[in-house]
Amino acid sequence: MKGRKWAIRLAAALAALAGGDAAFAAGGEIVIGDIDDLSGTYADAQGVGGIEAIKMAIADFGGAVLGKKIVLLTADHQNKPDVGASKFREWSDQSGLNMLIGGSNTGVNIAMAKVAAAKKVPLFVIGAGGASLTNEDCTAYTVHYVYDTTALANGTASTIVKSGGKTWFYLTADYAFGSQLQNAASKVVEANGGKNLGAVRAPLASMDFSSFLLQAQGSGAAVLGLANAGADFSNSLKAANEFGITKTMKPAALLAFISDIHRLGLQTAQGLYLTTGWYWDLNEDTRAFAKRYFAKMQVEPTMDHAGAYSATLSYLTVVKAVGSTDPDKVMAELKKMKINDMFAKGGYVRADGVMVHTMYVMQVKSPQESKYPWDYYKVVKQMAGEEAFGPVTGACALAPK
Amino acid sequence: MLGLVNGAFYALLSLGLAVIFGLMGVVNFAHGAFYTLGAFAALLGLQWFGVNYWGALVLAPLAVGVLGVVLERLFLRHVYKLEPLYGLLLTFGLSLIAEGCLRELFGSSGRSYPVPDALQGAINMGFMILPIYRAWVILASLVICGGTWFVIERTRLGSTLRAATENAQLLQAFGVNVPLLSAATYGGGVALAALAGVLAAPVIVVSPLMGNSLVTVVFAVVVIGGMGSILGSVVSGLTLGVVEGFTKVIYPEASNIVVFVIMALVLILRPAGLFGKE
Repeated sequence: MKGRKWAIRLAAALAALAGGDAAFAAGGEIVIGDIDDLSGTYADAQGVGGIEAIKMAIADFGGAVLGKKIVLLTADHQNKPDVGASKFREWSDQSGLNMLIGGSNTGVNIAMAKVAAAKKVPLFVIGAGGASLTNEDCTAYTVHYVYDTTALANGTASTIVKSGGKTWFYLTADYAFGSQLQNAASKVVEANGGKNLGAVRAPLASMDFSSFLLQAQGSGAAVLGLANAGADFSNSLKAANEFGITKTMKPAALLAFISDIHRLGLQTAQGLYLTTGWYWDLNEDTRAFAKRYFAKMQVEPTMDHAGAYSATLSYLTVVKAVGSTDPDKVMAELKKMKINDMFAKGGYVRADGVMVHTMYVMQVKSPQESKYPWDYYKVVKQMAGEEAFGPVTGACALAPK
Repeated sequence: MLGLVNGAFYALLSLGLAVIFGLMGVVNFAHGAFYTLGAFAALLGLQWFGVNYWGALVLAPLAVGVLGVVLERLFLRHVYKLEPLYGLLLTFGLSLIAEGCLRELFGSSGRSYPVPDALQGAINMGFMILPIYRAWVILASLVICGGTWFVIERTRLGSTLRAATENAQLLQAFGVNVPLLSAATYGGGVALAALAGVLAAPVIVVSPLMGNSLVTVVFAVVVIGGMGSILGSVVSGLTLGVVEGFTKVIYPEASNIVVFVIMALVLILRPAGLFGKE
């Protein structure tokens, strides 16, 4: 009897898990949308900070283009592909959406890319990493702006293999992004003469990673490849430290944001290799942006925040140059122009939608090396865009090999 | 073996839930939020007031317990006479508010809490390495669970509490202050959750979402053990932790659903739960 009552209660609780915001925009405006994880595990990589960065870009552009006011719509996709896709569709149909910034979560962005193709609305993917977005799942309106799994693997995995870490075991998040990242890293490891000894696939948002990690340790591999992100990444690295695994295996972060390093602390994260598309302390331009951002958010921006800013600015620049928001004209012009701002120097959008730009292999500083707050990374290697993102694979019909 | 650590958290959390449900008939959906609050109380105590781990172990549950009492007096006592569903919705709402506030203040990625110096390091047991802190978690939770069981089943206070569940009006006629008793029970139950939060703080990243991912599993544990059964929640908490640990080795992809599969089986075969008294 109590069991049955319980089921009813659960159903009621689940029904309460719904949300959303209404948004309207008149025809005389340029409408930019942002659909991202605003409340879940990835909310600090882009999330609310991403919205702030987009607002900064709109303000820097003067708040208007072609004599029309620029408005921003935002929504939380809650890491659910159906929520993201239906919001995108709704805005396209009812709010006159001109461009969408896609936030974290590869699964959601694959679903949204399908809407972008159907509705002909340019989609700038920022926080999601899956390289399939510009391969099997590519569309004529998708731009993959900040990083992808290929670039992460080319950066971190090849650097570690070349410095002697030949045998790898992976702790992989059990969904699209994790397996794409693991595959990409495996290929790079093999291509550089290393060996993949195995992998354990942990469900997303596991409570405890110690059992998985002991399997990794049992493999005898030299490198522990962490093909996960957000809280999963932090918790697994923390547990690896606790169990002394980091003494026998070298951990490799296949995706880590500066927000992750900040939460872990340098004591735990020191020595870690990672690849990033941008770092706040690279040069005068990045520091200037970071300073303005910090004043608003009290944290340093991640590569996603800088990317969201840059993507918005690039789009508005193209619209101004073309003199129209016609999606085909905009995409054609975007693929011709060079992107030069604080995020990228000489970046360009390839036919398959990859924004090719310099990537950085970083090593996390030790607490002694860090001289001021947020002084976390030292640059190990600067990778030219072509090296980082690799050649066109041919998997995308828009860009034959 | 490692599963026992997870099991220890399950046991502690489901214990608090079982106490609250067993003695008050309230399904406390805010339990995960109190667990999170416990961890944050420890973290903030350390950052702002320099309270160390051992201090936090006492103070954080106390602070959260007081908050629990206040919430019980302000909101929860109004729903006792209504359907249990109302209590559930109320506590669920409270947990959303708490989670939202924490997220607003600290962002979703959270912070790290250091392992106390005295419990640093690991014991090499030959077949595996056991960090001392994890051994401490198992020990501490067993002691706490045992203590709680003893208080409720074997002392005068415990029998008064149980009497209040059976017939509150009669007990009040005997001169016992029942409203005070239920406030204290709720406070005690959520203090247990906060204690689990403090214990967990050094092991995982302290984030506003930490309770959210745990609370559903804990509810399943309570259902398997039998709603309101204290012994049942402790035993099934530990057992399920171990079962989950084994699944992680044998078939890792299924490790986060195995508890729910068992819950479904138990509901079919023994709807009152393994230790249910109905």
